[in-house]
Formats: sequence, C-alpha cells, structure tokens
Amino acid sequence: MDWLFFGEISLAGLAMGGLYALIALGFVIIYKATRVINFAIGEIMMFAAYLFLAFAGGMEMSPWIALPLAVIGGSILGGVIEKTIIRPMLGESPISVVMVTIGIASILVGLVEFVWTADPQLLPNFLPREPVFIGELYLAPKIAYGFLIGSALLIVYLLYFRFSRGGVALRATASDQAAAYSMGINVRRVFNMAWVFGSLAASLAGVLVAATGGLSPQFGIIGLSVLVVVIVGGLDSILGALVAGVFIGWLETVAGAYLGGEYRMPATFLVLAIILVIRPYGLFGTHEIERV
Amino acid sequence: MEALLEIDNIEVVYNKSVQVLRGLSLRVPKGAIVALLGSNGAGKSTTLKSVSGLLTLEDGEVTAGEVRFRSKDVKGVPPERLVRDGLFHVMEGRRVFEDLTVEENLIAATYALSGSKPSLSDSYELVYNYFPRLKERRKQLAGYLSGGEQQMLALGRALIAQPDLIMLDEPSLGLAPLLVEEIFTIVARINREQGTAILLVEQNAAVSLAVASYGYIMENGKIVIDGPADKLTANEDVQEFYLGVGGKEGEARSYRDIKHYKRRKRWLS
Repeated sequence: MDWLFFGEISLAGLAMGGLYALIALGFVIIYKATRVINFAIGEIMMFAAYLFLAFAGGMEMSPWIALPLAVIGGSILGGVIEKTIIRPMLGESPISVVMVTIGIASILVGLVEFVWTADPQLLPNFLPREPVFIGELYLAPKIAYGFLIGSALLIVYLLYFRFSRGGVALRATASDQAAAYSMGINVRRVFNMAWVFGSLAASLAGVLVAATGGLSPQFGIIGLSVLVVVIVGGLDSILGALVAGVFIGWLETVAGAYLGGEYRMPATFLVLAIILVIRPYGLFGTHEIERV
Repeated sequence: MEALLEIDNIEVVYNKSVQVLRGLSLRVPKGAIVALLGSNGAGKSTTLKSVSGLLTLEDGEVTAGEVRFRSKDVKGVPPERLVRDGLFHVMEGRRVFEDLTVEENLIAATYALSGSKPSLSDSYELVYNYFPRLKERRKQLAGYLSGGEQQMLALGRALIAQPDLIMLDEPSLGLAPLLVEEIFTIVARINREQGTAILLVEQNAAVSLAVASYGYIMENGKIVIDGPADKLTANEDVQEFYLGVGGKEGEARSYRDIKHYKRRKRWLS
C-alpha cells in the first residue's frame, strides 16, 4: 500500500469533510431550533453558488465582494423561505413540512435552470493557486483554502452558540419551546434566525464546494451526502455534525479513490445503515438527561 | 385595591371540542398573593395559560370572556410581549432548560427585560441572594439539579424578569414537605420585598392559604367559592374537602374513617 497516496487522499477527504461539516451544521441548526428537516439545504447551497457565479462571472465583481454577497443572498433566501412558506406550516404534521421543503428544492432547481440553463458551469477561480504541502503531502489549493474559510465560519458559529446571549436563546428554544416563550424569548424570531444562520453556513459551503468541483443545477444532490452526515452524527447534535461531517467526507473520498467513483455513495450509506442499527439516534443524538 | 389582573367569565376550548373553562372569573390586586386551588383537571393550569398566551401552543382557544392585565386586554398579544410587560408565568413542572447551565437559564430569562430596567449583574445577585444554592451550582447543567433546586431556578428566572405579576403553577409539585415550606417562605419573601403580585396555583391548600391573602377554589372549570384566605380556611367545606380536617369536631381524621361523599359539597347544591 502506498502510504503517501493514502495520506494525500485522506487529507483531501478530511478537508472535504470540513465543508460537509459546515453544511451539516446549517442543517442541524435549523432542525435543532425548529424541528424541521430541511431537504432544500442542498438547493440553497446551489442557489448561493449561482449567485456567486452571477456576481463574480456575469457582473465581473471582485470575487472577494461577490463571495459575501452570494452568502448573504443565500441567507436571505433561507429567511424568506421560513417566513413565507415554513411558518404557515407550523403545527402541521412533520411529513407535510418535509414534503414542502422537497417542493422548495425542486422549485429552486427549476428557477436556476430557467435563469442559468442546465449546463454545467465553472466558477471563476478566486482561491490562491500555489500548491499546499503539509509535510510530504500535497493538497489541492482549492480544497485547502476552502477548508480554511469553512473552518473559520464553523469556529465563529460554535463560539456564538456557546457563549452569546443569542446562542442561549437558540438552545433554550431547542430545549423547551413553551418555556422559551415564557422567558420572553421571541420564538418565531429564533426560528427565522435559525433559517438565516443555517442557510448562511450552507451558502458559504456551496460557493466553496462549487469552486472546487464546478456547478450545475444537480449540485444540490450533495444535500443527500449531508443527510447521511447529520443522521450519522445525530440530527440535533452540533458536535455530531462536525465529527460525522469530517468522517463521511474522508470515507467518501477514500472509497472513491480505492474502489472507484461509483462506490462513494454506497460506502457512506452502508456506514449509515450500520450506525442506525447500533445507535438509532445517531452518534451524538439527544439522550434525555435522567436524574437518578 | 387596584386590580393588576382581571379575568372575566372566560371559556376555554381545546382542539375546538373539549371545553375546560366554563365562565371563570378572578382578580389579582397589585402586590397581593392570590391562591387558586382545585383538584386535578379542574382547569387551574389552563387558566394560567389562557392569561400568558401559551394556550395556543396546545391548540386551546379562549372562546368567550376577557383577560385584562393592567386594564389592557391580552387577546392577540404575543406571549413574549406579555412577559416583557411584566407578566411572568412559571409553568407547571418547573420546565428548566435541562441542557443549559444554571447561569444560562438565567441569561435566557433576561429576554423578559425591556430597555429601562436596572443592570443585569444586579439581578443575578438578587437571584443568588434569594437562592444561595443556585450560586454554588451556577456552572452545572440544570438537568442535574434536584427537584427543589430546579424549582428555585424556575423562581430565579422569574426574579430576573422583575415582573409585576408572577403566575406560579404548582411550585410544590413533587417536593418534600420541608422543601415546600422553604419554597413558600421564599415566595412570601419575594412578594414582601419586591412587591411582586403572585397568582399561586396549587393543590396543596393548607400551605397556599397560609401565604395568600385571598383564595379561589375551582372545580370543573369555574370558581365555586372564593374569599379572604382566613375566611376560606375557616369554611367547613373547604376544611373537609381541601384541608383534610373533619366536619364536626374539627380534629384530623384518618383515611380509614373517611366516608366519601358523606355529605354533598354545599356549593354544588
């Protein structure tokens, strides 16, 4: 076995996994606060990536202006979806809400095809091109810098949820909605913020992933891999999203390199099935605190 | 005395089909402790929820009557708005945020404050002053507190909000008698020192009537008897059915001797 090759593949996989973790975080924030499983997360990513394409490619802005604009655009999209479509569904059965998010996903795909056609596109390159070496190991610069930017946002999020007052409001709402109301927390606003923050994470990851691998209206499929990530990690666990994101990213890349591209998905879903048998609520999913 | 909270003839229906309150009225004057007593399923908690607006979360609806807080109709006011206006509901079963620390639970309660209130560190100190035990445990997860400590935390959150009215839903639930006494002493102290009015919902009539100045007793969704706490305590029916003291001689009775429904409650007439 070629350890250098394995090391490089693993490194690329881990970096990719960092981006998965970021998307998964977006998914988990929304689920944790609102108990809505958001199947449109992949399409929100895609939409933000197309916005970046429009700003940086079409309108020829500097990518460093286009990137925040695209990410803000994606977050606004998330906020608007919550306010206009998800909120009226409050109190309906979870299945209906899930179906609505799937519907939103296909509307977004249609919209994007309508505006930008169905052809694959390349994003203007904006990340440094010098190859990155970690020790002996080569890492593609796009992946490396994408990972760095993604991790920066991840860390900001984690600190925010841990230490800020807004983070307390979000965790309080996730823990007990009625009690959160009785504290004077504006729960509807927390829901909206959860969608905005979640979409923001997904949008940034969307632009970064599209920058490495190209963009097409089918880009949202990546949401499926992320679904595996969050189920493995536990739907409502931020830590789970991080660990499982990195792990699934690594697994996918390694399986793709050694077994061939067609084994990427089966490998991850196999792991998903095994984890679900052993721990039905995921690796880090909620277990109620029991006092003895 | 000026009324802080007035409930006028409200009716509440759950799921558009189950009527729980049937024309209930009560009032809480400024700075007073008022007890609302009744057995399981009488509608006590529902009464509180219809005031604080949490009823809609459970698919309940006030179909008739009016609830006024500070003479303003609360209908259509979002729950968080009411809290910021000074009406704090401590829900049944304490409902602390179990996976947040004690301190974070208190931080969550600061959302009840609106701009012009005193500084936050003062109000944390106020809470720790009433409940020194919470200070010792402020970095611990609330889920690992004992039942009594959780009740203290629930009360502490209410204190942070500096409300004019605290609605306390069964603070004695599941607590040892000694702890119940401790909690009620603190409730009385909060009322005395902070001037906070308290609407106390309880099954434990003896303790509640001891701290309250006025009491209401409800059955099947409406008030059956009300009066100043000492009058209620002296009332024969209340003694027999709620305080567990016997009819004639007034001595405590053993469960063995109780004949159920020996005499109809007079208010059912």
